[in-house]
Amino acid sequence: MRVALIDYGAGNLASVRKALTAVGADVHTPATADALDTFAAIVVPGVGHFNATATLQGSWRDRIRATIDQGVPLLGICLGLQWLFEGSAEAPDVRGLGLVDGQCTRLSGTDEGNRTAGTGRATRLKIPHVGWNALRLVRPSWLFDGVSDGAYVYFTHAYAAPVTEVTTATTTYGETFASALERGRVGAVQFHPEKSGDVGLRILRNFLALTETTAAGDS
Amino acid sequence: MLAKRIIACLDVRDGSVVKGVRFEGLRRAGDPAELARRYNTEGIDEIVILDVTATLERRVALTDTIRAVAGEIFIPLAVGGGIRSEADARTAVDAGADKVSLNTAALADPSLITTIAERFGSQAVIVAIDARREGDRFSVFVRSGQHATERDAVEWAREATDRGAGEILLTSMDRDGTRDGFDCVLTAAVSSAVPIPVIASGGAGTFEHFEEVFTRGQADAALAASVFHYSEHSVADLKRHLAGRGVPVRQ
Repeated sequence: MRVALIDYGAGNLASVRKALTAVGADVHTPATADALDTFAAIVVPGVGHFNATATLQGSWRDRIRATIDQGVPLLGICLGLQWLFEGSAEAPDVRGLGLVDGQCTRLSGTDEGNRTAGTGRATRLKIPHVGWNALRLVRPSWLFDGVSDGAYVYFTHAYAAPVTEVTTATTTYGETFASALERGRVGAVQFHPEKSGDVGLRILRNFLALTETTAAGDS
Repeated sequence: MLAKRIIACLDVRDGSVVKGVRFEGLRRAGDPAELARRYNTEGIDEIVILDVTATLERRVALTDTIRAVAGEIFIPLAVGGGIRSEADARTAVDAGADKVSLNTAALADPSLITTIAERFGSQAVIVAIDARREGDRFSVFVRSGQHATERDAVEWAREATDRGAGEILLTSMDRDGTRDGFDCVLTAAVSSAVPIPVIASGGAGTFEHFEEVFTRGQADAALAASVFHYSEHSVADLKRHLAGRGVPVRQ
């Protein structure tokens, strides 16, 4: 199955490409947005600064929007999840895709539920949030088919998306943020499925499986 | 809750894991990909490949090693040892490394941290610090711990963070190889001084040592090599022990 892995210069694509290939995808990085028509699915990866998504403004943004409106599945990973929102406090001048309402904000790094003895101050957490943390599955999801509530996945990020009606999983690091969302055949995860061991590979397989089904309403 | 990470270090020379590996049932003892696969099955959270190859021309083998491990183990993979330039980092990343670990080269030219962080993101940059107690401070050593520097470990960790490092890999040279336990004083001093994760290294011998470094030492992750290579206990046993003591781990 031909999968378009969007290369917009945000970090390293090698890991995502390897993991998608391992679960059976035929991965390509199209040079232009016009080539998107020929793919069965789109993956928007990315790690780093929201500024990098500025490259996606213009023709990429329009083509990606048109392609998902036709029912082509899309998976956003990390920055690729944040880009689905209207924008991020990390780069206020850069517009996101706006498929989902809301803005991404910096993790506060304070744990209000855990106060230091003596001072009574909230515990300071390290930012970025790096490492394995648990998913709380909050509503039915095709991406998490076969994944247990409480499963651990690998994160590395300093900004996060708000919990909204499209959120399918939440994770808590001081505050609770959206670690996954789904809207129709668009899914996105804040963590890195390509680095999350067997759970991550399962999620990538679920994404490819969706690609093999017909969009609702097509027939 | 964010889990404390257990990291296995593979010291690789000319494509083979050194430090005397005694696993039974391996087709080729010392094959990095095979070891990485075993650790992955046991629940290791991350793998570090440390290249200890002496000569430059043989370092080609490192790329093949990274590729072999990254091709089948889908957890974070860091590579260190001899990364001296953006080009070296690029080679490692292209082969499948998620992070590169800088040590001697970063001390010689701290701007290298920023250069690589701007290119690959801070999450891809580990600054490795080898430290030894000298009186009431911790001095930084370079070139595999052979040369003393004027730098203080806490102060250098702060500077590395400011320059764009995403994590600190902190090795106690006093404890390295002793199996007497991590240096919790050193680890806590650095971990409380920087806002980024600190990986403790050097001295792991027992499950209690890991428990100590995650509590008293305030470590975010702990790295070990020989304790996993030699131990009759698996990573899974270690995690069960830690979970039983209230340390959050991925199981």
